[in-house]
Amino acid sequence: MKVRIHVSLKPGVLDPQGRAVHHALEGLGFEGVEDVRIGRTVELDVADSTTDAALDEMCQKLLANMVIENYRIEKVG
Amino acid sequence: MKTAVVTFPGSNCDRDMWVALRDVSGKEPVKVWHGDADLPDGLDFIALPGGFSYGDYLRSGAMAANSPIMRSVKAAAERGVPVLGVCNGFQVLTESGLLPGALMRNAGQTFVCRTVPLKVENSQSLFTSAYEAGETIQIPVAHHDGNYFADAETLDRLEGEGRVAFRYLDEVNGSQRDIAGVLNAQGNVLGMMPHPERAIEPAQGGSDGRRLFESVISSFAHASA
Repeated sequence: MKVRIHVSLKPGVLDPQGRAVHHALEGLGFEGVEDVRIGRTVELDVADSTTDAALDEMCQKLLANMVIENYRIEKVG
Repeated sequence: MKTAVVTFPGSNCDRDMWVALRDVSGKEPVKVWHGDADLPDGLDFIALPGGFSYGDYLRSGAMAANSPIMRSVKAAAERGVPVLGVCNGFQVLTESGLLPGALMRNAGQTFVCRTVPLKVENSQSLFTSAYEAGETIQIPVAHHDGNYFADAETLDRLEGEGRVAFRYLDEVNGSQRDIAGVLNAQGNVLGMMPHPERAIEPAQGGSDGRRLFESVISSFAHASA
């Protein structure tokens, strides 16, 4: 089973990388970009028997830092 | 008295830390490798050095926090053994849950490498007893991910419990409330981004870091006296 984990910064946590990229997009002349936040995607190929609880645990113990990040699990198939 | 320095793959301040501990304590620290399952018996002090453990993969300190030796370091910290994490060592301590908060990319996006003034906020701790409260000291920083973040409630608790050990007096990296170093609730774990081991003798440009090691080492002397 392929699983995609989307890790993003929690709302309210300053994202200096996103801010710099936002600035660069404006510099390139793109208008109407309201905000840019940068996250990370982790693609896993796991046994079909892997439980949702196990996936949550992987995210909470290692893949995301729960102090500053949220995660979303997407089962790709 | 027995001290140890843990080396992870990618640590690069482990030798500086080792020399600092040797010079201040007069005894050679034990070198411990990240893959070791156990720490040597009878340790009085454990240092996690700076560097780029595991190439900063995933997040700075995240991989090292899950390396075999960290289980033993956590157990030792819970028993009350003093643990100091500097720079990447601080990142490892937050990632392992031994200290609250997280260290994010510097707000200015650039690597910061210079000597900065710090205010000693708590001079009553195991690590800071040789300093005066409110004293300004000069300690070098060298990091890209030193922007300390914790939610407001955690920050208030840290301040209220006297767990902010050091604060930046300059704008360095965007840290919440200019926090440069924090203690755990028991006071036996300190994480800090600045490098006291790089300020041990005047030849290094300053020796304000020396008293941090003297503080810890004098506490052993009192304990065994």
